[in-house]
Amino acid sequence: MQALQILIDGFAISSLYATGAIGFTLIFGVSGVLNLSHGSIMVTAAVVAWLVAGSLGAGPYGGALIGVGASVVLSLVTYGIVVRPIQNSRAIAREEKEIFVLTGTLLWGIMVQEVIAYIFTNNPKTVLPLIGGVVNILGVRTPGNEIAIAAIAWITMGLLWLLVNRTRGGKALMAAAINPRGLTLCGFELGSIHLLVWTIYGVLAGIAGVLLGSFLGVSSDNAGQLTASAFSIVVLGGLGSVTGSLVAAYVVGYLESLTAYLINPSIRTVPVLLLLVIVVYLRPQGLLGRR
Amino acid sequence: MSTRKVLLGTIVVIFLMALLPFAGVGGYVLGLMTSALYFGVFAMGWDLLFGFAGEVNFGPSFLIGVGAYTAGLLNHYAHWPIIACVPVGALAAVVAGLLLAVPALRLSGPYFGLVTLVAVLLLQNVIVIFAGFTGGEIGLDLPDVLAISSKVNYWYALGVAGIVALALFALSRSAVGLILQASGQDAIEAAALGFNVVRHKLAAFCISALVSGLAGAMLIFYLGTVSTDSVVDISIGVQVIIAAVLGGRRTILGGAVGAIFLIVAGELLRPVGQLSTFIVSAFALLVILFFPGGLLGRFIVREGA
Repeated sequence: MQALQILIDGFAISSLYATGAIGFTLIFGVSGVLNLSHGSIMVTAAVVAWLVAGSLGAGPYGGALIGVGASVVLSLVTYGIVVRPIQNSRAIAREEKEIFVLTGTLLWGIMVQEVIAYIFTNNPKTVLPLIGGVVNILGVRTPGNEIAIAAIAWITMGLLWLLVNRTRGGKALMAAAINPRGLTLCGFELGSIHLLVWTIYGVLAGIAGVLLGSFLGVSSDNAGQLTASAFSIVVLGGLGSVTGSLVAAYVVGYLESLTAYLINPSIRTVPVLLLLVIVVYLRPQGLLGRR
Repeated sequence: MSTRKVLLGTIVVIFLMALLPFAGVGGYVLGLMTSALYFGVFAMGWDLLFGFAGEVNFGPSFLIGVGAYTAGLLNHYAHWPIIACVPVGALAAVVAGLLLAVPALRLSGPYFGLVTLVAVLLLQNVIVIFAGFTGGEIGLDLPDVLAISSKVNYWYALGVAGIVALALFALSRSAVGLILQASGQDAIEAAALGFNVVRHKLAAFCISALVSGLAGAMLIFYLGTVSTDSVVDISIGVQVIIAAVLGGRRTILGGAVGAIFLIVAGELLRPVGQLSTFIVSAFALLVILFFPGGLLGRFIVREGA
């Protein structure tokens, strides 16, 4: 009974983690950027969805759509005013760009977080669930919304797979991850590929944010934690590896659920951190990373 | 500027700052400066590791926290005097730093950063889990404090910050500093020239840990309490990093300038309330985007460096 409960809850939370983390890893793979404003972008999506769906009366679906839209806009703004200027800057040595992007996106994330806290306070916001009601799965009463979350997350990831493997733009994206110079030589504009990957990232982070908001509720204070968990999932799976992130998201999601249910919810992140340290020491490229 | 000029200038500035309490500066401002100076030490230690050894330590508050908690627990439970607690705290930070760094330095770039970040989160969790012993999130009160007078506390902080500033700056301009810088910029070439890159980086990490642990232990005896919010939380580490980058990486002294700037700016922006963090972050972001050398970058970085 409890085992089944853990199985179901863990599945929902893991699919959610996977959606967010895949966006994070995609950006790293394609443009080498670790975006530390990730959590703030997810929180923005959730808060906008909460605002539009509730106070502005657009209903759960309208709210979710506009929330994802806000996330796309914010992710493009992040790229445009923080990441690209640093990447193009002549004053910053090439080997130091990485740390500048990290610090820059970190500061940007704090700014976004503070604006949200200022306007909407840091009280947790719960986004209206997309589907109400409770479904009985083999004796475990499961909110319909939890099933919807897992379904939406998997549909999103399925669409992403199709986009990457079956379209020209998507293939160019993967090529950019392997060898950007070669792609430029083939006549592709790297700039537009970066715009494409940041847009896709915005959609993924936005969906993950809205779903998280309807599942657990989101507050601006969560931004740092959300970034850290995406970062750990991505490193656990192997930086830049999409499949790795997917697997790692489930490892993390289930490990957290098991700890929360069987030991104590207050230490739910500890086993994940320990696992992370072990994996990074023994296999720095991650579970499925290439080097 | 030449090493000698900068060192002389720094000594003059420290001397002038030591006179501040006589210039009618009130206890409140001195209190702010005291915290800022300890933060300055954290930032200078961080810069030695990042600016020179090229390793991004996302968890400066791991080293700070180990030093602070070791000293705090010894004082609270064993009633050791402060004079004994502080050095033991600093040594504990070095030991913890070594345990962390020896395996972690095999890793590079984001992986090293991640391990240091995880170390902070783990330390924080451990402290909270054993709250009965460590005081957890509420904190542990300390029977002893450094001094009651805000002037004396300020002088202690200034003394520590001054010595650390001079020592680290001299180190950064010495042969060892150059080797570190070479290891940070091109580890393979530095190794090919016959320098032991790992040993130099490890030494940088130990020194960084030593000063962070020392300042962390001093800070809690100034605050009179040790809690995760004041010495371990990720936000402390973030502030240290912002201070160092803002002041100018690879300058050492920039860390102290950045830390003082942050605290003063936070104070001046008090009227705008919640938005002050936003404004400070935005300012730091602008500095990074437009003046990547930081506040001191123009003056201190050697030509051609």
